[in-house]
Amino acid sequence: MELDSALLSRLQFAFTVSFHIIFPSITIGLATLIAIWEGLWLKTRNPLYLQLAKFWIKPFAITFGMGVVSGIVLSYEFGTNFSKFSELTGAVLGPLMAYEVLTAFFLEAGFLGVMLFGWQRVSARLHFFATCTVAVGTWISAFWIIAANSWMQTPAGHAIVDGKFVVESWLEVIFNPSMPYRLVHMLLATMLTAGLVVLATSAWYLRRKEHIAFARKGLSFSLWWLLIFAPLQAFVGDLHGLNVKEHQPVKLAAMEGIWPAREQNVPLLLFAIPDPVQEKNHFEVAIPGMASLILTHDWHGELTGLQSVPKADRPNVPLVFFSFRVMVGLGVLMIMLALWGLWLRRRDALYQQPLFLWLCSLMAPTGVISVLAGWYVVEVGRQPWIVYGLVRTSEVVSPLPAERVALSLTLFVLTYSLLFGVYLYFFRKLIKKGPPPLEDLQHHLIGVEASGYALALTKTLQGNDTQTEGAK
Amino acid sequence: MDLPLFYFLLLGFAILMYVLLDGFDLGIGILYPWFRDEADKDQLMRSISHVWDGNETWLVFGGVILFGAFPAAYAGLTSALYAPIMLMLIGLIFRGVAFEYRFKSTTSKRWWNRAFAIGSTVAAFCQGLMLGVLIGGTPLVSASPLDLLTPFTLFTGFALLAGYALLGCTYLVMKCRDGRQQRAARYGRRLVWVLMGAMLVVSIATAMGSDEIWQRWFGGWHFLWLWPLPLLSVLAARLLYRDLGRVQRQLKAGAIPHSRHEDRPFWLAVSLFALGFAGLLVSLFPAIVPGKLSYVEAAAPQASLQFMLPGVLIFVPLILAYTCWGYRIFAGKVEDFSEGY
Ligand code: HDD
Ligand code: HEM
Ligand code: HEM
Repeated sequence: MELDSALLSRLQFAFTVSFHIIFPSITIGLATLIAIWEGLWLKTRNPLYLQLAKFWIKPFAITFGMGVVSGIVLSYEFGTNFSKFSELTGAVLGPLMAYEVLTAFFLEAGFLGVMLFGWQRVSARLHFFATCTVAVGTWISAFWIIAANSWMQTPAGHAIVDGKFVVESWLEVIFNPSMPYRLVHMLLATMLTAGLVVLATSAWYLRRKEHIAFARKGLSFSLWWLLIFAPLQAFVGDLHGLNVKEHQPVKLAAMEGIWPAREQNVPLLLFAIPDPVQEKNHFEVAIPGMASLILTHDWHGELTGLQSVPKADRPNVPLVFFSFRVMVGLGVLMIMLALWGLWLRRRDALYQQPLFLWLCSLMAPTGVISVLAGWYVVEVGRQPWIVYGLVRTSEVVSPLPAERVALSLTLFVLTYSLLFGVYLYFFRKLIKKGPPPLEDLQHHLIGVEASGYALALTKTLQGNDTQTEGAK
Repeated sequence: MDLPLFYFLLLGFAILMYVLLDGFDLGIGILYPWFRDEADKDQLMRSISHVWDGNETWLVFGGVILFGAFPAAYAGLTSALYAPIMLMLIGLIFRGVAFEYRFKSTTSKRWWNRAFAIGSTVAAFCQGLMLGVLIGGTPLVSASPLDLLTPFTLFTGFALLAGYALLGCTYLVMKCRDGRQQRAARYGRRLVWVLMGAMLVVSIATAMGSDEIWQRWFGGWHFLWLWPLPLLSVLAARLLYRDLGRVQRQLKAGAIPHSRHEDRPFWLAVSLFALGFAGLLVSLFPAIVPGKLSYVEAAAPQASLQFMLPGVLIFVPLILAYTCWGYRIFAGKVEDFSEGY
């Protein structure tokens, strides 16, 4: 009974948080892109940039909405399903999340209204300011929540008094050992995810020979974007891995599929099927010594394996192992794509090469998939600990009857499946509709649609109201 | 002032802000079925589509202040209220996405109307239900969700629906013209009666619920300084009722209502809620998990309370400032031409 509700609570959390992260990983990057395009438009007055901003703001809005509603669930789920966890760690995690709300969520929400609905009510510059504020708000939000999560991975700066966590140094809590790596890696991931969505859409238009000028701009821009961020991500990911080796050696062993307690000359497994029962790998395809080289910078370097800890302290190895390979594999694919793009650009064939465009449009979901895979490595690899090395997940679940959690989990699965379908439907619809025509955008600059027009109009109308009242 | 008390009051402030702000936009969702015309529905939604997200953020804020400043209370309350919280969240999900999808839909508009109306109603009802449950003392985590459904909690659920709908009506009186304004004023006047009746019943039931609360209101001379609460409520309700009546009459006569009578009802409804909330605070203080924990017992260690303090002192005023700025940009009546992205 007890165990069931624990498992269900974990499933529910994993399901709801996985659903949530899909949307932030698009919105953080997309908000940044839209802000950049709006800025470029103000600077160069090239209407294609305005068109890009005006087009992408619509998918952005629906994605943001999904992010908000699914996020609110999470902020209550810590208490509903992991009540003992919140009681033990509330003094550490609560203030971090309070800062997230104070410095990020209100900021995003407050300026989002102006960003989405204010085109006709504020000047173009003020609108740009609102867009930038929303983008910065999403980064700040990532900062705090990643700090909270990283503290659970590599706790620091705390003391334990009466079994509860008390903070001794906030600086150490926030900038705990894995936080800088995770934050940078995550923000880069969102940039890639959004960039890939833009790339895929532009390539799709080009293949259908629609909105050519717009699509070329989008494709070219997002390929440069990818060319910068994809290699950078691999570099940061490598550093992140070194950090994991230092602080969470068992997780690293699961990522790399290392079983012996200590092993030298560790091969890099390109593929294998880890077997937790026999404690070895099947069907290995490996590069000898490579893992040692990457992680210790020495062909013969020694790494800790899974057998160094009892079975009860190991995570689900195959899940961590495969998720890691999915993420890295897709990361490598992104780098290759960006390089191919560069090569085609050199030869002036960027917008014609059909195979390339086809591949680009297939890449649309790969950002989201890598983000999820990455988080599975991080979170499943942390098990059986909820606060690494200190608190076990199984000890802190709310004493709820299993049926109640089963019911809520079912409701979430139904609701979210339905909404995800709806989200994809509307996303597709917006993409199919295409960007607003340039002529319409010219109208945006004059008449009813111009910046500040609506505000002026309502003011005059109100002026009239008061006059008529005065006449009465 | 000691820090736990400060955070207790801050929590009260966050809850009140949430109830007022999301109150009017949930209220509009509750009123949705009574505005049949698609054009009406368009306008109702347009009047809040730029603010609902910010309004709902106060709910998140309340949650994390509880989490950060009173972890034991956060853990105890949320797990004990598991079922209504989950249901409320799902209601909020449906109404939240309806904002985005309704305007972009052609064939499924009907469904988004329903998602918006039902989602808002379910969320508001669950909130009222939880209020009723907490007035009666916090249940055990193992108690069945069905035990939470008593006549009293059902009553508070419906009472909060009526209250939010009233806030919604007064907001619409402020933001709409002509027919819609007329209709909002008419519903609003009826709801004033409903809400006053409900407040009376809840107050009496709360006071009679426990000896301690009874003593607090009627024992000794306390009543001397507590009487303004009920008295001011009655005065506010009376003025509200008359203002809405004036708006109705002027509209009937074909005139444009005086802007004072259009705007004041909203603030009067707000003050009704604030007074009711103050009354509740008087009854429940210093409990934070009613019947189980006081705010002092539940408070987080000093280090956590101190760490949040600069954040609260700097950012809450800032948030209030830019929130007001946001409302000012969209001030005035909702117009018929479509605005936005
Ligand atoms: C790295 C990014 C990231 C991660 C790991 C998370 N979130 Fe998130 N969250 C965001 C990035 C974000 C965001 C970009 O700030 C969102 C997405 C869309 C949005 O509206 O804001 C957001 C929205 C959002 C909201 C709604 C905010 C509002 O009302 O405007 C809440 C309450 C949460 N999140 C809570 C959480 C919790 C409790 C998480 C962990 C378990 C979490 N988020 C993981
Ligand atoms: C947003 C991306 C994230 C994803 C995709 C993700 C994924 C997961 C998954 C799959 C689990 C289940 C692990 C298991 O039980 O085997 C889990 C558990 C959990 N995660 Fe995350 N996580 C994310 C971010 C976070 C953040 C930012 C926090 C905290 C601030 C967090 C806190 C937790 C907690 C409390 C649990 C539940 C207890 C547990 O099972 O360990 N997660 N998450
Ligand atoms: C290409 C080489 C890459 C390497 C070497 C790499 C490496 C890593 C490592 C070591 C972790 C941390 C595991 C932990 O802390 O337990 C991680 C996590 C993660 N990765 Fe990657 N990664 C790569 C590419 C990518 C790509 C392309 C994306 C997404 C577009 C991505 C998204 C993530 C995410 C979202 C996480 C979890 C959050 C975080 O720790 O930042 N990664 N990655």
